[in-house]
Amino acid sequence: MLTEAVAAKPAAATAPLLKVRGLEAWYGESHVLHGIDFDVAPGEVVTLLGRNGAGKTTTLKSIIGIMAKRKGSVVMAGTETINLPSRAIARLGIGYVPEERGIYSSLNVEENLMLPPQVKPGGLSVEQIFTLFPNLKERIRSQGTKLSGGEQQMLAIGRILRTGANLLLFDEPTEGLAPVIIDQIGRTIAQLKQQGFTIVLVEQNFRFAATVADRHYVVEQGKVIDMIPNTELDRNIDKLHGYLGV
Amino acid sequence: MFELLGIPPQALFGQVLLGLINGSFYAMLSLGLAVIFGLLNIINFTHGAQYMMGAFVAWMALNYLGLNYWAALVVSPLVVGATGIVIERFLLKRIAHLDHLYGLLLTFGLALIIQGLFRNSYGSSGLPYQIPPQLAGGHNLGFMFLPNYRGWVVIASLVVCLATWFMIEKTKLGAYLRAATENPTLTQAFGINVPLLVTLTYGFGVALAALAGVLAAPIYSVNPNMGSDLIIVVFAVVVIGGMGSILGSIITGFSLGLVEGLTKVFYPEASATVIFIIMVLVLLVKPAGLFGRTA
Repeated sequence: MLTEAVAAKPAAATAPLLKVRGLEAWYGESHVLHGIDFDVAPGEVVTLLGRNGAGKTTTLKSIIGIMAKRKGSVVMAGTETINLPSRAIARLGIGYVPEERGIYSSLNVEENLMLPPQVKPGGLSVEQIFTLFPNLKERIRSQGTKLSGGEQQMLAIGRILRTGANLLLFDEPTEGLAPVIIDQIGRTIAQLKQQGFTIVLVEQNFRFAATVADRHYVVEQGKVIDMIPNTELDRNIDKLHGYLGV
Repeated sequence: MFELLGIPPQALFGQVLLGLINGSFYAMLSLGLAVIFGLLNIINFTHGAQYMMGAFVAWMALNYLGLNYWAALVVSPLVVGATGIVIERFLLKRIAHLDHLYGLLLTFGLALIIQGLFRNSYGSSGLPYQIPPQLAGGHNLGFMFLPNYRGWVVIASLVVCLATWFMIEKTKLGAYLRAATENPTLTQAFGINVPLLVTLTYGFGVALAALAGVLAAPIYSVNPNMGSDLIIVVFAVVVIGGMGSILGSIITGFSLGLVEGLTKVFYPEASATVIFIIMVLVLLVKPAGLFGRTA
């Protein structure tokens, strides 16, 4: 279905898989998103860049529906999700990897891996996940939180690949990890893109983001203030440094 | 050896058995409380009343519908569990986001109402419930006389406790339950219906209390106060074992029943308080309970 759509229209005209318009969100009384707008086309890898506290993580949380108070519009594959509970949003084919990884300590590695229910056909098999992350296979009986930080990240990514979700939300997958693990995660994201997954990536590390993404949205004070295609990153590097304050 | 201590084996083993019986009820009730507390974060003070309802539904099923004990073992937990589901959906759900204290007050109030309704209709002197004929009589084991029904209660509750433990720790449904207990928001974000899980868990915990009530009916008389007498001890058991620990509540339940029984043999004066003394000691040394996980 997807390939047909791509074949029928030029890429730029493809209907976005994810369309976010005027998204606002609150933590209690504090208003953190002030109208986020962006699109993600099927098969794209898009990053949200920005300083700490700009609202990147909150944007992902609002898309998957775990912010208690949000408004605006988030359309996933043609379905408006702003009033749906997160379990219904997940079932539209969205897989979420939280910043804190969210590995369950009361579940072993296998149970963590098998926990998210299948939401669509076409997910990776457990064998394919073990090929991507051989460490997980070796530690299948360990308690989830006994894994190293890198292994926990692999588990957090691996478990949503099983579900058939075609839009993956990664919140700072490289945070606090050793360079060799960051490379492995980078290769994994490239492979997932090749297999047709659509990915929204929140990153602080824009050098890493530049190796995997098609486009970058810059978030500042709860709004998207700029979009830079990865091919034009070099020309815009000073501007981006200005945004990120590096 | 027993003679040396001045205690005949009949008396000793008799109290050990009594301890195991009490322990069976402590274990089943504290297990239900632990499961409910784990997922709902509610200290279910209605638990004792629901145990009593289990016994009463068995009595009503026999006297009004002619359903025997074995049918009651299935029917009563289902009926009482269903009332639990109604309570969760219409009452507990509304206060789920509030402090523990609200749940405690609500369930305590419900317990008083339920007990009051039963006392109003059936009085408080207790109704007899016969031991099923298949389990009447007993065996002389040489060192003691074992009434069949009491042996059955110990075995049945052990099986129920271990089956519950297995379901929670070793099955897919149990993995959902543990995940939802640990991080409900994320579990929901994976597409798992956590509110449904919460409702079913409460229903299950309540059904477990009702099952204990049916098992108890032929031993203690069916009485509106039977739950309130027991539940205070069960809460002490839960505190000793550690709130929310599954295996902990099973082991603690049976062990404390035994300790209570042995205290009756060696120092009867303390038998009613020994569990509370242990609770104080455990709280002083390990505030999270013997099997509790500190966050």
